[in-house]
Amino acid sequence: MKRDDFLWMIGGVQGSGVDTSANVFAKAAASGGLHVFGKREYYSNIKGEHSYFQVRVSKDLIRSHVDTVDMLATFEEETIFRHALEVRSEGAIIYDPDQDPKRLEQIPTIEANVRATLSSELSKSGLSSEVRGILELARRRGVHVYPVPYNELLKQVGAKFGETSLSTLQRMLNVMAVAASYALLSYDENLVKDAVRRQFKSKPKVAEMNVEAVGAAYDYVEQKFDGSFRYKLSPSKTDEVRLFVRGNSTVAMAKELAGCRLQTYYPITPASDESEYLEAHAEIELDGSAAHENPQAGEVAAMGAKGNIAVVQSEDEIAAVTMAIGGGLAGVRSSTSTSGPGFSLMAEGLGYAGMNEVPVVVTLYSRGGPSTGLPTRHEQGDLRFALYAGHGDFPRLVLASGDLEEVFYDTVRAFNYSERYQTPVIHIVDKALANSDATLPMLDLNRVKIDRGKLVKGPITDGVNGEYKRFVHAPDGISPRPPVGTKGAVYWHTGDEHDELGHITEDPTNRDQMMEKRMGKLEVADREIPMEERLNFFGPEQADITVVSWGSTKGAILDAMGWLKEDGISVNFLQIRLINPFPTERVKSLLSGAKNVVGIEMNYTGQLIGVLREQTCIPVDQLVVKYNGRPMSCEEIYDSLKSIHEGKAPKRIVLRHGA
Amino acid sequence: MALKLSDLKTTAHNDWCPGCGDFGILNAVQMALAEMNVDPSSTVVVSGVGCSSKAPHFIKTYGVHTLHGRSLPFATGIKLANPNLEVIVEGGDGDGMGIGAGHFVGSGRRNIDMLYIIHDNGVYGLTKGQASPTLGLGMKTKSLPSPNMNQGINPLLLAIACGYTWIARGYSYDVRHLKDLIVKGAKHKGFAFLDVLQPCPTYNDIQTKEYWAGEGLVDSTGKQQPRTYKLEETGYDPVVHSDDEAEMEKKVQQAVLKSFEFGDHTPIGVFYQNEFIPTYEERIAHKSPSYKTNPPAAQQIAHEDGTPLANIRKLLEELRVT
Repeated sequence: MKRDDFLWMIGGVQGSGVDTSANVFAKAAASGGLHVFGKREYYSNIKGEHSYFQVRVSKDLIRSHVDTVDMLATFEEETIFRHALEVRSEGAIIYDPDQDPKRLEQIPTIEANVRATLSSELSKSGLSSEVRGILELARRRGVHVYPVPYNELLKQVGAKFGETSLSTLQRMLNVMAVAASYALLSYDENLVKDAVRRQFKSKPKVAEMNVEAVGAAYDYVEQKFDGSFRYKLSPSKTDEVRLFVRGNSTVAMAKELAGCRLQTYYPITPASDESEYLEAHAEIELDGSAAHENPQAGEVAAMGAKGNIAVVQSEDEIAAVTMAIGGGLAGVRSSTSTSGPGFSLMAEGLGYAGMNEVPVVVTLYSRGGPSTGLPTRHEQGDLRFALYAGHGDFPRLVLASGDLEEVFYDTVRAFNYSERYQTPVIHIVDKALANSDATLPMLDLNRVKIDRGKLVKGPITDGVNGEYKRFVHAPDGISPRPPVGTKGAVYWHTGDEHDELGHITEDPTNRDQMMEKRMGKLEVADREIPMEERLNFFGPEQADITVVSWGSTKGAILDAMGWLKEDGISVNFLQIRLINPFPTERVKSLLSGAKNVVGIEMNYTGQLIGVLREQTCIPVDQLVVKYNGRPMSCEEIYDSLKSIHEGKAPKRIVLRHGA
Repeated sequence: MALKLSDLKTTAHNDWCPGCGDFGILNAVQMALAEMNVDPSSTVVVSGVGCSSKAPHFIKTYGVHTLHGRSLPFATGIKLANPNLEVIVEGGDGDGMGIGAGHFVGSGRRNIDMLYIIHDNGVYGLTKGQASPTLGLGMKTKSLPSPNMNQGINPLLLAIACGYTWIARGYSYDVRHLKDLIVKGAKHKGFAFLDVLQPCPTYNDIQTKEYWAGEGLVDSTGKQQPRTYKLEETGYDPVVHSDDEAEMEKKVQQAVLKSFEFGDHTPIGVFYQNEFIPTYEERIAHKSPSYKTNPPAAQQIAHEDGTPLANIRKLLEELRVT
C-alpha cells in the first residue's frame, strides 16, 4: 500500500495550546492548497490530562486519519512517552532537549498499565526510563530525532520584544513546535506566518511575537538540520475555493441557514460547541436579493434588519427538548443538541412531539456509552436508541451523516423533513465528525431549499365557532398546520390520544384513525424522499466485497477502497444515511447480487446490521466493529477487508488500534 | 367587542369530581381573561399532567396540555418563540413541586413574562390520592396507608429563592379575589407565581373547604374564624418601589417571613412584586437587539421559492483557506 500523504501529530497537556498549534498547522497546509483532515483526541478533563491532535495532509483528497505517524511534534515529556513508538521508521520526532532527564515514573497522568508496558519495553532494550531512553528506542527503530532548544530560542524572541518572563514566552512553545515541524519539511515559511497571524488576529502583539518565534525556529532548524529529513512538503496550486471547517460549527451554520430560530441545550460534550457557536452568532444577516419574490422579507432585509436565533441554556435535557417542542408548536424551526446521556432524558419529549405532530430537530452527537461512558471519545452506539427512544409507537425520522459536507446539507434537510412530516427528526452526528477539522470545497448554498410543508401562515379562516381542527384527517395523514398563536381560531394539544380538535378522547375508532394517520406519515416520507438523500452507493456495481456502513466511518472506508483497488481488490460500499424510514427496497436490490457483505460499525453489537436484517432479512457475512472510543483508521479498514478477501478473517473482527 | 365569559368556555366534557376546587380556579381564570379582554387566539394556556392540568381543554384559548412536570419548559419555548402571546401555565403541586421542581427553579431564574398557577391540594388526585409535595410531614389524608413521611414544601418560599418576581397565594373558593390575583399576575412584567389553595373533596379530608372556612376555629365570642386572611387588608405592601438593593432585600425578607404563616392564620394575596429585574426576553434582546422587533415567530426564513433568507456567506468567508 502506497501512501501519498503526511501525518503530523502534536500532543501536550490539555489547556496548553495543543488545539491552537494543530489549528495553525492545519491552516498553513490548507492555505497552501493541500487537503487536510484533522482528528482531536482528549480526556474528559479541563487541564492537566494529555490530549493530542493528528493532522493528515495530502495533495489529493483525503477523508480519514491513519495510524502511522510520520512526524511527532512535542513540547513536553508525556507526549514523547505516549507516542514516540507510534512514529514510523524514517519518521521524525521533534523535542526539547531539556526534557532528556525526565523520568516516566514522574508523570502521574500516564495510566499505570501504560507505564508498566513502556517500562518493561525500555528495560528489555537496556534503556533508562527517561525521555532520552525512549527516544533512543525510537532511534533504533529508524526514527530521526531532532532536539530543538525551545527555551533558548524563546529568550531570543523575547529579547526583541522586551519580554523576559519565561512563563509568558512559554505560551509560544506550541507555535514553535509547529514551526520547527514545517522547517524540517522545508514548507513555505510565509504560509506558516500567515496562519499564525490569522490565529491571533484579535491580539496583534501576540501575533507578531509568535511570527517572530516561527522565524527563529525556521532559522535554527535550517542551520542545524538542513536537508536531513527526506520528506518535503510543498504547497499545491489549486483553483478550488476551499473552507477549513469543524463539525460542530458546520451544524451551527447550517441551522442558521435552515431558519432554525430557537436552539436549546444543556451543556454536554461533544455537543455544546455547536450551541456556543450559535450564541456567539445569534444575530443573523439577511439576504435581500430576492426582494421582489417576497416583499415582506425583502423589506426586512432592506431596512438592514437582522434575523436572530434565541439560544437557551436549560436546566436539563428534558427542558431542552420540551422547550424546543414549544418553539415548534409556535411555528418556529427549533432544535436541541445533545449527546447520549442527554438524549436518554429526551425520550418523553420525543413521544410528545410524535403524538402532537410537532416538528422538532434533535442533533444527537454520538459519543462512547453506555451511561457516562467515554465522554470525549467516539462511538456509534446510539443508533438503536435513536430509532426506538420513547414508549409507544410514533413516527420519527433518523438520519446520520457520513462527513462534514453531508452534515451541512443533512442539517437543513432535518428541518425540512420535520416540518413536512410534522414529527421529530433525529440527526446523528458522530463525535468523530463533531471534533474533526477538514478542508471542504466551498459549500453550494444554491443547493439549499427550505420546505415548510403544510405550514399555514394564517389567519385561520376555516374555524367553526372559533375552533379549528388541527388534526383533521387528510389523505396523506398530514394536516395543515397553523402554529399556536395564529389568529382567527384556536385548538388544543395533549399527550393523551385526541380528536381532530386536540381534545382528549379514548374512543377506539378515533384511536385507530389517529394512530394510522400518524404512523402513515412515515410511508409518505418513504415514498417522497429522493433516494440520493437516503443512501450513497460507491464503487463498481459488482465487487469482491460489499461494505455496508453508516456515519463517520465513510471517510476511512472510501480511503481504504482506493488502496484496495491498487491491490486489485474491488470493493463497493453502501452507506445508509436515512435509517428511518429505511430504504428497504433499494437496499434489497443493491445487495441482491453481493458476494460478500461486510458490515462496518463503531459499536459492539453491529446496530445497523441488525436493522438491515430486520428490514430486509439480509444477513451480513462478516462484521468489523470497534468500540475502544477511537475512530477507525483507513489502515484498520484496509487491513481487515484485505484479510476478509484472503479468507483469513474470523466472522467478527474487532479493531483495537488507538491511543 | 368585549369578550364574554361564555366565549371562553368549551364543550369538552369536564370529568372533575363534584365539588372539586379546580372549578373555582377554572372560573377565576376565565373571568380574568374576560376582564382582560384578551384575544383568545393570542392566548395560550399550558399545563402539565394531573386533574388540574386538564384545565386547558375547558378554556377556549389555545391549549397545550403537556407532559407530567414539563409545563414550564414547554411554555418557555412557546413564549420565547412568540413573546407577543399571553401565556398562562397551570398545573398541580405534584406536577410543579415534585416531578417538575427542577423546571420551577430554572424558570424562576429566567423571569420570563408569564403567569404560573399551581392548583395546590396536597394530594395526587388522578392516581388516587398519594401524598404530594405540599402535604405536611405526619399528615394522613384519607387514602394514605400511613402518615406522610416527607416534609411538605413551602411553594412561596421556594419561589422567592428561585427569583420569581411576583409571588402570590389565592384560595379557590374566593373566586373574585382569585380572579383579581390572576389579572395582576398576568399583567406583571416578569414571571408571576400564584399558589392556589384548592380542596380536593375526594382525597384530602384534612384541608377541606370547611377547614379553610374555619371549622373548629372560634374566636373568644365563639364565632367561627376563617383560616385565610387577605394581606392587602392588613396594610402589607409587597411592592419593590425602587431599583435599590436595600429596598429589594427588605421586601424579600418580608415575603420570606410571611411565607411561614400557614394553618390557622394563612395569608392570601400578593407577597412580593418586583418589576426591576429584567425579563428573559429583555436579556435576549440585550444580546440580539433584533429579537425585540423581529422575534422568532415573526421571522421570515425563506423566499417564496424556498431560498433561505439567512445569509451565511460572511461566516463561510471567515473559514475560507484558498
